[in-house]
Amino acid sequence: MAEVVLMKGNEAIAESAIRSGCLYYFGYPITPQTEIAAYMAKTMPKRGGVFLQAESEIAAINMVYGVAGSGKRVMTSSSSPGISLKQEGISYLAGSELPALIVNVQRGGPGLGGIQPSQSDYFQATKGGGHGDYRNLVIAPASVQELYELTVKSFDLADKYRMVCMILGDGTIGQMMEPVAFKEKEDTVEIAKPWATTGMHGREKHNTITSIYIDPDDLEAKNRELQEKYREIEEKEVMFESSNLEDAEIVIAAYGTCSRICKNVIRQAAELGIKVGMVRPITLWPFPSKEFARVADMPSVKGFLDVELSSGQMIEDVRLAVNGKKPVYFHGRMGGNLPTQKEILDEIVKIHKGEM
Amino acid sequence: MAVVFQKTKGLTDKPFHYCPGCMHGIIHRLIAEVMEEMDILDKTIGVASVGCTYNNYDYFSCDMVQAAHGRAPAVATGIKRCKPEEMVFTYQGDGDLASIGTAEIVHAAARGEKICTFFVNNAVYGMTSGQMAPTTLLGQVTTTSPLGRDAETRGYPINVSEMLSTLTGAVYIERVALFDYKHIQEAKKAIAKAFRVQQAGLGFAMVEFLSTCPTNWGKEPIEALEWCKEKMVPQYPLGVFKGKDLEV
Repeated sequence: MAEVVLMKGNEAIAESAIRSGCLYYFGYPITPQTEIAAYMAKTMPKRGGVFLQAESEIAAINMVYGVAGSGKRVMTSSSSPGISLKQEGISYLAGSELPALIVNVQRGGPGLGGIQPSQSDYFQATKGGGHGDYRNLVIAPASVQELYELTVKSFDLADKYRMVCMILGDGTIGQMMEPVAFKEKEDTVEIAKPWATTGMHGREKHNTITSIYIDPDDLEAKNRELQEKYREIEEKEVMFESSNLEDAEIVIAAYGTCSRICKNVIRQAAELGIKVGMVRPITLWPFPSKEFARVADMPSVKGFLDVELSSGQMIEDVRLAVNGKKPVYFHGRMGGNLPTQKEILDEIVKIHKGEM
Repeated sequence: MAVVFQKTKGLTDKPFHYCPGCMHGIIHRLIAEVMEEMDILDKTIGVASVGCTYNNYDYFSCDMVQAAHGRAPAVATGIKRCKPEEMVFTYQGDGDLASIGTAEIVHAAARGEKICTFFVNNAVYGMTSGQMAPTTLLGQVTTTSPLGRDAETRGYPINVSEMLSTLTGAVYIERVALFDYKHIQEAKKAIAKAFRVQQAGLGFAMVEFLSTCPTNWGKEPIEALEWCKEKMVPQYPLGVFKGKDLEV
């Protein structure tokens, strides 16, 4: 029987990770994600796991590297400035093809910025973030229930593709409380990792975890391998939710917190006789480009409205997918502010009247 | 015919890439011999760092992980925390450990992580061709201290062993040299003691090796040995800084 618990988003991530067999957590305190660390500190010892408060974000991500190399499920979490510090380690994880979960509960930037919710790390998360040609799987849940379910899925994806899976939330998603229905047992299987450095224990050859390839041909071959993996992921792992698309005149592109606000706007627009639909990317990388291209071809659709807690980052991917077939308008707030339903509705009315 | 000497099983057959007169080869062999003699090759995970020894994962015949610059103690912490039964060591130079990685080494020691660190101090950056290291001596000429290191603008050398020995979590710290047979044997004993400290689960152990870099010092190998003895030892005295009476 499913157990229903009222939980903060951050706590749901932590509980979900432990249920997924992740028994190693390394982190450094930063608002607004600290509940993850606190939950882990309290819960891990009882469940036979390890919680370690590292001396820095840099140390934490390298501890993650050590555990991931040993073949165990492992995670770290932070918020925007801390995630910037982790980028070196994330690039090494990509180069060494190590699976790990990294959670970014975003806050406003740049610099120390603020502690209120933001989606301004989209570029950093989806385009690589650190040095080198690499990608992370980036997942953007929009409810506490989704945080739970998608965290479980993240570990499977990370293991399957031997890469970093990032949960990209924001201060609102992390801090809000909602009921979560936990399954009795998680549907997740840890796969064999014969490449891991576990100690040889009779194995004939020693295993090596490394990201350095001094010979240019070797490094190019490694990069080609990585790119091949990324193309496979783009084919197989795209997740999105499309709603109200039938006869839609205006289609909203929004993820996470923004998509929740926009859901209400869709209802309000309907009362005014404007048909508004939404495509909500769940994976930000791989991006649901095909879905946006398909919707752009729908004759009823006059244009798109991209809504973000940023100056407009995801909109670049929306525009690439729409490819000039329809106009893509933008509404965003920054600094930790959220757009109101009225603000968004006003934009929709203007687009509908052809005033944009 | 009786075999009186053979290469340790702790090393692979891959030839070292190190410069003539460099001591990494000796230190590698000593660590490898100790691992073989203690019968721990099968249960050891080593962490290579950034510098001339970045690829010593090709030389040690145990499982190896290559870490980002300065981060080996954090990587080793992760490994040891999830594999407490395995033996874990880091192999780091002075740029890696005493400059970019000071936070990681200090906190690994402070936490008393049950790992061994083998710290090679040759007073210079080797791989990037002879820049000033935190351990460069006052007056020493490097490509980034072309008039010799001056304290006024470049600060003072860091004595890592002395510094770490102030931490409760660090239980065994020894500085050794390699300029003659006697010292090499003592260095080997120190490596074995560090591994035994880890085996006994006592805490953090580090052996600092005074080493030479003839290429970047601009000296002949023999001359470099003399320089190490005459110039480095007064700044970096040999001996046990922590855990002298430790019975393991």
